Amino acid sequence: MVEKLMKAVFLISACVSIAMVVLICVFLFGNGIPTIKEIGFFRFFFGKVWRPNNGLYGIYPMIIGSIYVTAGAIAVGVPIGVLTAVFMAEFCDNRLYKIIKPAVNLLAGIPSIVYGFFGLWVIVPAVRTLYGGSGKSVLTASVLLGIMILPTIINISETALRAVPGSYYEGAIALGETHEKSIFRVVLPAAKSGILAGVVLGIGRAIGETMALIMVAGNQKVIPKSMFDGVRTLTGNIVMEMGYATDLHRAALIATGVVLFVFILFINLIFSVLKNMSEKQN
Amino acid sequence: MQKTISIPKTAAEDEKKIRLSELADRSVSVILRVLVNLSALLTVLVLAGIIIYILVMGIPNITPELFELKYNSDNASVMPALINTLIMVLATLLFSVPVGICSAIYLVEYSKRGSRLVKLIRVTTETLSGIPSIVYGLFGYLCFGVYFGFGYSLLSGALTLSIMVLPSVMRTTEEALLAVPDSYRQGSFGLGAGKLRTILKVVLPSAVPGILAGVILAIGRIFGETAALIYTAGTVARVPRSIMGSGRTLAVHMYQLFSEGLAMEKGYATGVVLLVFVLVINGISNLIGKKLGGEGESK
Repeated sequence: MVEKLMKAVFLISACVSIAMVVLICVFLFGNGIPTIKEIGFFRFFFGKVWRPNNGLYGIYPMIIGSIYVTAGAIAVGVPIGVLTAVFMAEFCDNRLYKIIKPAVNLLAGIPSIVYGFFGLWVIVPAVRTLYGGSGKSVLTASVLLGIMILPTIINISETALRAVPGSYYEGAIALGETHEKSIFRVVLPAAKSGILAGVVLGIGRAIGETMALIMVAGNQKVIPKSMFDGVRTLTGNIVMEMGYATDLHRAALIATGVVLFVFILFINLIFSVLKNMSEKQN
Repeated sequence: MQKTISIPKTAAEDEKKIRLSELADRSVSVILRVLVNLSALLTVLVLAGIIIYILVMGIPNITPELFELKYNSDNASVMPALINTLIMVLATLLFSVPVGICSAIYLVEYSKRGSRLVKLIRVTTETLSGIPSIVYGLFGYLCFGVYFGFGYSLLSGALTLSIMVLPSVMRTTEEALLAVPDSYRQGSFGLGAGKLRTILKVVLPSAVPGILAGVILAIGRIFGETAALIYTAGTVARVPRSIMGSGRTLAVHMYQLFSEGLAMEKGYATGVVLLVFVLVINGISNLIGKKLGGEGESK
């Protein structure tokens, strides 16, 4: 009797995550889709002006802003992250590993608001002195986000590299390649889909990042012309205005969140496909 | 390293070519090695930079009045936020840990591997762990705040965060349960214990360290969370009378100080408090990781 009851409890608990995803979809889409219909699909997604006072709700600049900043973060974070993972998996001895591994974990544990303060008072002034302007720009946001996604990319790439069978490396060495070239031409390509999965997860993190980003991005509601212009992302749009928005304005901000949610669902899908590929490979 | 391959010596020209290519090989290797080392160094330096920067800016601003019980416009005390954070941690764990552990037990001990339900659960937990905190914030606001009428309250915040940390509690518990050798279960069955008794008395106790590591990870996330809390738990700088009242946590407090722009130096001091907690939490989880045995960490 108790056995059966507890089994039911376990089963119900296991289904909580399914229920939650359904609940999140119901609430977000239930609120977002009517709003998008009310504003007009085309005017919402491709409208270049966001001016709630005049009833203009175009999120196009924010979509572009999110894409720019995410691309920048990838450009900064992926090379450093993957190379660091190579170092951890193939180059360093145990002593160094015991320093770097906790460091990477700590980097993942630092709250984004702390990253924001760091970005605001270190990276922003640095960009300002180097390139002029306010210093709050696509470039600044990219550098900060690039740092923030490092742990994600490093940890997943490291796992992927370690999963490559040792015989690959040994084969390359036996053919007379150097240690470095064996890793870069044999081991790294073999870990490709795992590393790619890490990059995709990094994209998801970058596109969803909010608090640190709004402190360094400038948040202007126009499409940036260069990487030194300020930029507003989808996440920034929500946080900047949610505090005082009412009625349709508030609904439009929630709809912005729904767009972000759809992006994330799409990215998650790609991630799980890549992860499956890399697991099958090994 | 072992770069000497015996090649039949032919014309001097050939030898020159080989030497050249060997030289190219070596220089490529050196460049790669330098790049790899530089990247690793950069990663560690960035971390050190952030920590040192926050400590240098914050420690001079840590004063006794920072920890006074009441927050007012003259003294942006962190104490209420600190207390709220602890309440938030407890409340969130109260919701998420039992559900997380029970669902992990179902996945490991009861379910048939590869069944449709299990696949669905996997997909949804992965989805949950990928959702950004701002989206959780909007959802929590719509669902708990508006629909269930909890308004801006610690309860709304805790429920939102529970969903957010559920996947990591589930995954670490699952790994911990999987790591318990099957012989334990067989032994218990052999002594005549039922399935439930085996799980509760034998499997679960030996998985405690792993579960604890997951819980600690969750605590770290709760401490650092901002975006999911602003529109669920709200930003009131007091300790509310009950869990139905609004209150800001440390990270939200830090954000509010930034956006008000009045007491930045207090913001840094708050950053130090936050960072100390993060360091301690990380330290504990490393310790547990080591206790769990070297197999996870060894090369």
